[in-house]
Amino acid sequence: MTELERKQDRAPVPSEWTYASAPEARDLVTLQDRYGHYVGGEWLEARETYTTISPATEEPLAEVGQATPEEVQAAVDAAREAYANGWSDVSPSERAKYLFRIARILQERSREFAVLESLNGGKPIKESRDVDLPLSAAHFFYYAGWADKLEYAFPNRKPRPIGVAGQIIPWNFPLLMLAWKIAPALAAGNTVVLKPAETTPLSALLFCDVLRQAELPPGVVNIVTGDGRTGAEIVKSDGVDKVAFTGSTDVGKAIQRELAGTGKKLTLELGGKAANIIFDDAALDQAVEGIINGIYFNQGHVCCAGSRLLVQESIYEPVVEKLKRRLTTLRVGDPLDKNTGVGAINSKQQLDKIQELVASGAEEGAEIYQPPCRLPEQGYWFAPTVFTNVAQSYRIAQEEIFGPVLSILTFRTPDEAVEKANNTPYGLSAGVWTEKGSRILWMAERLRAGVVWANTYNRFDPSSPFGGYKESGFGREGGRHGLEPYLDLT
Amino acid sequence: MTRLPVKKTYKLFIGGAFPRSESGRTYEAEGQNVARASRKDVRDAVRAARGTLPKWAGMTAYNRGQILYRVAEMIEARTAEFAGLCTGRPEVERAVDRIVWYAGWADKLAQVLGSSNPVAGPYFNFTVPEPTGVVGVIAPDEPPLLGLVSRVLPALTGGNAVVALASETHPLAAIELAEALATSDVPGGVVNLLTGRRAELAPWLASHMDVNALDVTGADGDSPELERAAADNVKRVVHGDPDAQSPWEIASFLELKTVWHPVGQ
Repeated sequence: MTELERKQDRAPVPSEWTYASAPEARDLVTLQDRYGHYVGGEWLEARETYTTISPATEEPLAEVGQATPEEVQAAVDAAREAYANGWSDVSPSERAKYLFRIARILQERSREFAVLESLNGGKPIKESRDVDLPLSAAHFFYYAGWADKLEYAFPNRKPRPIGVAGQIIPWNFPLLMLAWKIAPALAAGNTVVLKPAETTPLSALLFCDVLRQAELPPGVVNIVTGDGRTGAEIVKSDGVDKVAFTGSTDVGKAIQRELAGTGKKLTLELGGKAANIIFDDAALDQAVEGIINGIYFNQGHVCCAGSRLLVQESIYEPVVEKLKRRLTTLRVGDPLDKNTGVGAINSKQQLDKIQELVASGAEEGAEIYQPPCRLPEQGYWFAPTVFTNVAQSYRIAQEEIFGPVLSILTFRTPDEAVEKANNTPYGLSAGVWTEKGSRILWMAERLRAGVVWANTYNRFDPSSPFGGYKESGFGREGGRHGLEPYLDLT
Repeated sequence: MTRLPVKKTYKLFIGGAFPRSESGRTYEAEGQNVARASRKDVRDAVRAARGTLPKWAGMTAYNRGQILYRVAEMIEARTAEFAGLCTGRPEVERAVDRIVWYAGWADKLAQVLGSSNPVAGPYFNFTVPEPTGVVGVIAPDEPPLLGLVSRVLPALTGGNAVVALASETHPLAAIELAEALATSDVPGGVVNLLTGRRAELAPWLASHMDVNALDVTGADGDSPELERAAADNVKRVVHGDPDAQSPWEIASFLELKTVWHPVGQ
């Protein structure tokens, strides 16, 4: 460290940062009291319902449907009907135009969706506005262009749609995951039954209004809401030809078992326990920003979150010091406030899981650090957390926490970094920070992960394939490769 | 006085060596006593495959291609022996030609299956195919040589290490193949060939936690059960074509890795 840096680091951290509150206008969104299931282009009154809330306040937002087996069947029938009578006859270039329309409408209504996403999911408006929404629209725009070019994507093969895709998405990026699923499925000529996550159904339900505006033929996209029981019905349904699931590894395995021997196509995007590896020659301040972004982006509710920090031993102290200092400047609070950097935990259930794992970390011998921050009394909150003194065997170094909790480990040599990074059943992503180009490529070759971010972290793009190695799943979303799971290529 | 020929003992092929089954058991097939592999042999084979994987996967694609071509040379030289152990000379020739075809693919996969991705930001972003890891193959029962070659070569070309269950009724071609492999430059352990009762061995292979992909092309009736077991560690389950020759067969045993780096001064 230079003398100047040392002085800066010793500068007192203000005990409290004050900002004028800058709330985004909540009235951008008009909620209904009650939502049904979107089946065959119409709203089907839900037979059973539950209340969806704002995790930041526990305020009830709306009653939404808990789809029964019959309602799932109706959605699958509508998708089959649309596939057989109409959608498969729509010319590829017309199909593309529907997708372009959806992309454009999402851009136009972007802020409305962003507010709803933060309201129902707890994520900071800064993120839903600047990440989730632009990427969702871009995904539709990207795959729109593929719809009439499939034969160029797969030379010497005959790309044909599969039929009805059953899609089950998680609660961490509700609209973005919907876009990742629906855009390639429709571009390839399939029809869809999609279930948003139990805790975040509202953006998917609002998306049905985008479909109406885009005049997408009825039944091409059907949306049913509910918990895991609804998802299981979709997976089991005989009318579904392909299943795409993003969520936990345990559920992913159960789906793979369920589909064994059926010949149905399956893609799984499951959990992760990514290593973010910092070498001693890295640009430290940038690396620290990358660490923060890697684990506190979206409250750590990110399957590819950099939840294991591997720091080269020689820079352990300065990195930890800078990191702790940076933590004190994170703004935790109202997701709809434009200054907020860390929002609410998505659900009570997730909060319980985070608390349980954090308790285990302390119990097993790790040292916990949390910056002083006042958490709101209502709602589900968890302070940004760092664990030092972590052994590889600890649960916090092995299990996916899916929360704002970072475990710090150290290494001495590049070989050891690779060994530790790969020492997990997961293989979704990894980060490498070093100024040495040859080392980046050497590391990138050896890390068993589907995405490697070098000198950056948590970047996404519709043209960039995303997906896991090992128990993080199989199949890719994004790019030309993301079309393949939705096509019959024989 | 006629000379008494020296008869071959048919053994397993694990880690580049030719052990008898750990179980001490054999079964009779094609008039020979053939090793009847056990669960322990499956596990030994997986360990051998895992151990040698970094070497094989870490070679240059050019080098892998040359080694696979050498395998074709070794089989061609033994055409007469192979012909007697399969449906005949045409099957051997097709197998040799198929190996040559795949050998030429090794250094073309990244260009055909990979991509560089035009992301909307100041980043260089590319996607490369990489081997999945250790692949379990249940080879088709027939044809004994070409069926095995057709399923093992795609995995091998992509840089994977293989544990294959040979044809149960006609296992001798697989052992002959092992001898050709042993005299080529394929590192020991990259291909492991097990003979025995497939119904007994396949579940151990399917449920092994250190196997990354399972090719069930040659499994006839019991695939659902194997696929269920494969889910324990999210194995890639491959229903291939028993007689295909295609880069997409290779792609089934590949992962795609995407790398991002900022562009700046």
